This record gives sequence, structure tokens and C-alpha cells, in this order.
Amino acid sequence: MDTTAPAPTGLHASGLKKSYGAIEVLKSVDLSLAPGRVVGLIGENGAGKSTFNAIIAGVVAPSGGQMWLDGAPYSPQSPADAINSGVALIHQEIRLLPGLSVAENLFLGRLPMKAGRVDRARMEQEARAVLETLGAHVDPRRPVGGLTMAVQQEIEIAKAVLRKPRYVIFDEPTAALGEAEAENIIDQVLRMKAAGTGVIYVSHRLDEVQRLCDEVVCLRDGNRVTHWATRPVAKDAMINAMVGRAFTFEHHAPAPSRDKVALEVEGAGRAGAFRDISFTLHEGEILGIAGLVGAGRTDVVRAIAGADRLDTGTIRVAGQAVQFRSPRGAMDAGIFMVPEDRKGLGLNLDRSAAENITLPWEKKLARFGQITGRTVNAVAERQRQRFDIRGRLGLPVSSMSGGNQQKVLLAKWLVEEPKVFIVDEPTRGVDVGAKMAIYQILRDLAAGGMGVIVVSSELEEVLGLSHRILVMSEGQARGVLPRDKASPKDVMALAVSA
Amino acid sequence: MSEVNSNLHGADRHVRATTPGAQGGLADGALAILRRVPGPLIGLILVFVAFSYLSPYFLTYRNMINIFSQVSEIGIMAVGAALVIIIGGIDLSVGAVVALSLMVNAWLYRDFGVPFVLSSLIGLGVGALVGLINGVLSTYGRIQPFVATLATMSACSGLALFVTNGGPVTGFPDWFTAFASTRILGLPLESLLMVAIYLAVAYWLTFRPTGRALYAIGGSEEVARLSGIDTRRVKVLVYILAGLLAAVAALVLGARLDSAHPTAGASDLLSVIAVVVIGGASLAGGNGGMMGTFIGLLIIGVLRNGMALLNVSPNLQPVVIGIAIIIAVMLDRKPAN
Repeated sequence: MDTTAPAPTGLHASGLKKSYGAIEVLKSVDLSLAPGRVVGLIGENGAGKSTFNAIIAGVVAPSGGQMWLDGAPYSPQSPADAINSGVALIHQEIRLLPGLSVAENLFLGRLPMKAGRVDRARMEQEARAVLETLGAHVDPRRPVGGLTMAVQQEIEIAKAVLRKPRYVIFDEPTAALGEAEAENIIDQVLRMKAAGTGVIYVSHRLDEVQRLCDEVVCLRDGNRVTHWATRPVAKDAMINAMVGRAFTFEHHAPAPSRDKVALEVEGAGRAGAFRDISFTLHEGEILGIAGLVGAGRTDVVRAIAGADRLDTGTIRVAGQAVQFRSPRGAMDAGIFMVPEDRKGLGLNLDRSAAENITLPWEKKLARFGQITGRTVNAVAERQRQRFDIRGRLGLPVSSMSGGNQQKVLLAKWLVEEPKVFIVDEPTRGVDVGAKMAIYQILRDLAAGGMGVIVVSSELEEVLGLSHRILVMSEGQARGVLPRDKASPKDVMALAVSA
Repeated sequence: MSEVNSNLHGADRHVRATTPGAQGGLADGALAILRRVPGPLIGLILVFVAFSYLSPYFLTYRNMINIFSQVSEIGIMAVGAALVIIIGGIDLSVGAVVALSLMVNAWLYRDFGVPFVLSSLIGLGVGALVGLINGVLSTYGRIQPFVATLATMSACSGLALFVTNGGPVTGFPDWFTAFASTRILGLPLESLLMVAIYLAVAYWLTFRPTGRALYAIGGSEEVARLSGIDTRRVKVLVYILAGLLAAVAALVLGARLDSAHPTAGASDLLSVIAVVVIGGASLAGGNGGMMGTFIGLLIIGVLRNGMALLNVSPNLQPVVIGIAIIIAVMLDRKPAN
């Protein structure tokens, strides 16, 4: 193993690897960051950016590879270790404690003491000073709860700045912010850079990356695929590098007849999540909804399926205006949704697969108000054969493989036939075989005349399955692309637009 | 990955359990059968056998009937408590509801000359009403059930004292108190009532869609809601049932004591929760059932009765119950994956 540092200064990672069991999420990634430079890190959802950052910041340990910090070997054992070495991570999600004051949050874990008591005066004074240098106008004595996302994000940055790091990682700091607020964050980054701090900047907003970064590294499927060492980097080149992969299979259902509308959504909006979403879904059509994580795709389909409230807009199923305030109401209207996250929202892992399958239908399956194990097993067995579920239906569904769990989840929602079938991330965490089987199921449903909506973070999946693709970013529809006109590049260009 | 592991593990166990060819296989087979016996039942058998040895009076027909009769009241309350715990909630007000519904009943009957049948029905209504309030507070009101029922517990015990200014009421109709000594086929009426409630609720939990939904709600409320179950309506119903069953227990208590005390039932809360927990239910919700609760009830009943026969100081008895809770929960813990 090479133990000599590549350079006397800077943060260097060489051959960083991380695998969870048999799944390699990071496959030998190199990155060098010099003081006073900003390196952009881009990539699709699941490309390995967050894992990479987590390793640098000591949150997770790498499975392989080496790191050096200013000429010395660097292997942080914990986030505190990383911070003490001068490396700070500013998280994508805000992790402030709402009940504590701004100043207490800033000094959490290392409150200034005087004579055995917290030196509030000093703490507040120092907090005020750092907030002022960052241009954040907030009283350090007020509690964090109730502050806007933008201000909270600034407090997160102040928290990192207070520890005087030499290297800072920003993990999508502007994802939840509007244009003007994002501008403020960019100023902070430029200020840090001018002060000689090295910055790794992760963002899906490519114009930000273009403006800020001296170098850009693109990850895809856990590999470093491209590295641009000179600015400016063309947006087109970045998009190509993020998505650039060959399409190996096509799985389109036959083209829909387009004369019967299954679902019409007009001007749908929910405060703080999405607004002004309109689209139509024809019978026999598969509509893909694409976008980056946090674009509001799941919020839209949850509201259409009655899981969340809808503030504005109308929904028509087969021409009939419908209104409902619960998933049951949506089901009665003919809209079924298979939620994302089968473990948290879709299945009750401790119950048997059979009981999971019949859960939504027990009232309808009951005879004289009574449902027996025999009915449950008969329905489950029918679904097992229809969807080729492998595993014992009587055992807790947690004993099945991910692919079979996902099939159980689909089977649960297809005991009856909906008019509109929504699937959110239908193949997350399943193997290729099960993936193909699930695509076939969705294709068959559409071919049979059902309207299907597929929400997916996998571009390949959306492009391969859908007749049309609705692309979202920041809670808004950015365009609807017909399949023959949609290239990965077009979709990604819309997904990163603001 | 853990899925694959547990799958392999399960298959491995399966193979061992079904090939009892060799000597070790036989022993393993017996062990596998033993594993299917619920833990609480083993505990019940152990304490039962122990007391049979320790006291000559324990294993007699008369004493067995005594045990059954003594546990009827907390047994009926425990059914409601178990339902609430299955949906992942908790009802601290059951004991106070016993006191309030019994006092209202006795007060209306004595001070206002309300016919006893009517006053009893009003007493049951009071129980159901408190349950309704608990349910509405903890669902639509979004107050944690612990806090909501703590508040109603406090309010109910206060009201129970208030109606008669703290005084007990004695003298129920003779036909009513006669129920307490009625035997059918040699079994006390209140015990038969209790068993009937256990059977009815067990049927509801196993064969009726709404009853079955309790497990789905307790396992994950959001999964149940997204599956089209009206989770809030079901939860409110469960709290109403818990209040109503506490009021039924109050009637059983009133008939036995021929009087109503404003602090009756106050000490039963912990026994009731102990019964449910010893019966294998988890306070996290999603599991538990009538069979387990009934066994838990008998364990508490046998322990109390046996210790009384052995002249164990009444002050020490709660210590033993506490130890029993810990042992039961530890034995019931599923091996970690």
C-alpha cells in the first residue's frame, strides 16, 4: 500500500470504496481538493455522492481506499473526529434542534463555560458575531423552531464555520431553497473559498456548479466517470456524463388508443410541496413522472391517491370529478397507489404475506361480515400464481427477498382492478430478474386498458416504460415529453431546470 | 442482506425440525414443538405446579373457583386494555372509569331514585363516553394516548369523588347483588361473563375485518391508512370499547361488594397492564391477543391467590408481580436476527 501523501496540502481521497453486503455503492473513487478551491460533485440519484461525503466526514467507514489530509494519513472514526481534523459536512437535511435557541444550536456539545455554568453572554456574543459575518439576520436568543428553511440552512453553515474547518462539504445546500436564498448560500461558499477553505460542493443545480466550481467530478453508479479540471464546464457535458449509459432493453406497452381519458388532473397544488400540476392520463397509457429527489413527484401522487390533502385543483377519473380526503376515498374512486418504501409504507413486515395482500380488501372479501383464514389464503394463493411470488405466503413477509416483497406489494394492490394505478419507485432495491418481471406486470396492466403512473428516480426505468414523461423540479411540472422525443439528456435538462 | 440471512436461517430450522431421524434430531424436534408453546403458558404451568406443592389448599375445586371469581373484574378490564395496546396505544383511565361509572350508577339510583336497570345503563354509557373522549383526543386531537388518558384518568377520579362528596354508596338491589353468588354449572356468573367476553373479542380479532385491522394499525398506522383502513375511526372504536368494558367490570365489582367506593378500581390499572404485558403483548403495538391476555390474567390470579395462601405479606406481593413481569417479557423476547 502506498503510504506517501500525494501532496503536502489538501484533502486527497484515493480508491475509496464502500459496499453494503454484496452491493457496491462506491467503487474506487479518487478526488483531490486543494485549499481555496471549490470542487463540484455531480451525479444522478444513487450515484454515490452522499456515501462519498459521508466517508470524508467520518459518518461511515470506507470498505477500502486511502485518504490524506494536508500530507498526513486521514481516517476519521466519527464525525467529531473529522471536525477536529478540520473537515466539516453541511448536511442536506437540516439537523437543528427546534427547541433550543440559535446560539445553543451553534455551540451544541461545546457550550462556553464560566465557573461551572454556561457563559450565556459570551455564547450569544460569539453567535451574533459569526451570524453577522455570514449576513444572517437572526437573534441568537430565539429558538430555532419557526425559522424559515433558508435561515436554518444559514445557521447550519454558521455552525460549521464556528469550528473553523479547513475543508467543507456542502451536500445540496440549496435543494430546498428558492433562487434568492440560494444566492446567499453561494456568497457564503465564495467567502469561504476566498478565506482559503477547500470546498466540495454537491448540487443538482448545474448553473450553480458552473458558476462556483473550479473543478467538477461526476459520479455514476459508484464510479468516477469524468473529471473537468478547468472552468467553465459546459452544462451539456455535465448532463451527458450524469446520464450517459447505454439502454439495453425496451419495455414499452402497446401505444394507447388515446380516445378515453382515465385521469385528468388540473391545477393541482399543495402548499410547500408542489403547485400547478396538470396532466391527463389515457386508458392503456403509462405516464412516467421523472425528477430528482425532492422535486415533489411523490407529493403529487400521494395527493392524487388521497394520502395527503390537496389544497387546490381538480381530479377527474374517467370524466367524473372526484373528491376524497383519504386513501379509502381514492380507492373507491378507482385510484390505487403502491407507495414508495415498501418497508415503511407498503407492507407490515411482521405479518404474513397473505395477510398483507388481503389487508385493503377484507371488508369486501368478508361473507356475512366474517373473514376466515381460508379466504385470505385463497386470495393470496391466486395472487401468488398471477405474479409468480416465490416464498411461503404464511411466513412474515420480512422473510422474503426484496423482489418478492415488491411483488407482494403489487399483488396487494391488484386484488381488485383500479382505473388508475400509481406505482412509486416500483423497483427500488430489487434484483434485475424481479425488475423485469415487475416491468412486464405494469406493461400488461396498461395493455389491458388501465391507466398507469410510474414515479421513478431511475431514468432508464421511466424512459423504458413510459409512453409519456412528466418531468418535475422544485414542485413544478417542467414539461411533458412523448417517448419518441425523450432522450435521457432532455429529461435531465428539465429535471435540473429552475 | 438481512432478508437473505433470515431466509436461510428459517430454512435451516425448518429442515432440522422435520427430520427427526437421529437421536439429536428427536431432541430438536421436541424442542421445536416446545418452542411453539406460548411462553406465558409455560409460566402459568410453572407457577401452578409450584403452588400445588407449596400449599395443600391450592389445588382444590373451591380454590380454583375462587381464583376465577377473583380475577373477573380485572380480567374484563384487561380485554379493553389489550385492544388498546394492540393498536399501539395505552389507556391509563380504565381504573378511574371503573370508579366513575360505578359511582354515577349508585348515585343516580340512591339519590334520584332512578330505576337500577336504567342507572346501570347510564353507568355503562359513562364508560363508553370517557372512551370516546380518549379516542377523539388521541386521534383527531393528536394528543399522545398516554397524555390524553392520563388527563381523563385524573378527571374521572375527581368526578367519582365529587358526585357524593367522597362518600361511598351502599345498598344495591338484592336481585343485583345476588348475581355475585349465582353459579351456573358450578361456575360463578361473573367468570362466565368474563369468558364470554374473551371469546367474543377473540372472534372479533380473528374473523371480523375491523377487529383484524387492529393488528394492521398497531403494526404500522400509515401502512393501514394507505391500505384504505379508516384508522382514526377504528382507534376511536377501540377506546370506546375499553371504556365500556371498564364500566362492565364496575358492575361486576358493585355486585360483589354491594357498594360503590369512589376509589374503587384505582389500584387495578397496573394489574391490568401487567396482565396484558405478561400475556405477550408489546406496548409498541401490533401483537398480543385474547389467548395470551387470558393466560396473563391467570398467572396474576394464581400468583396473588397462592401468595395469600402461603401468608406472603401483602406488601411483598407487588414485588413478586414485578419480577413476574420482567421474567415474562424477557422470556417472550424474540431472538434477534
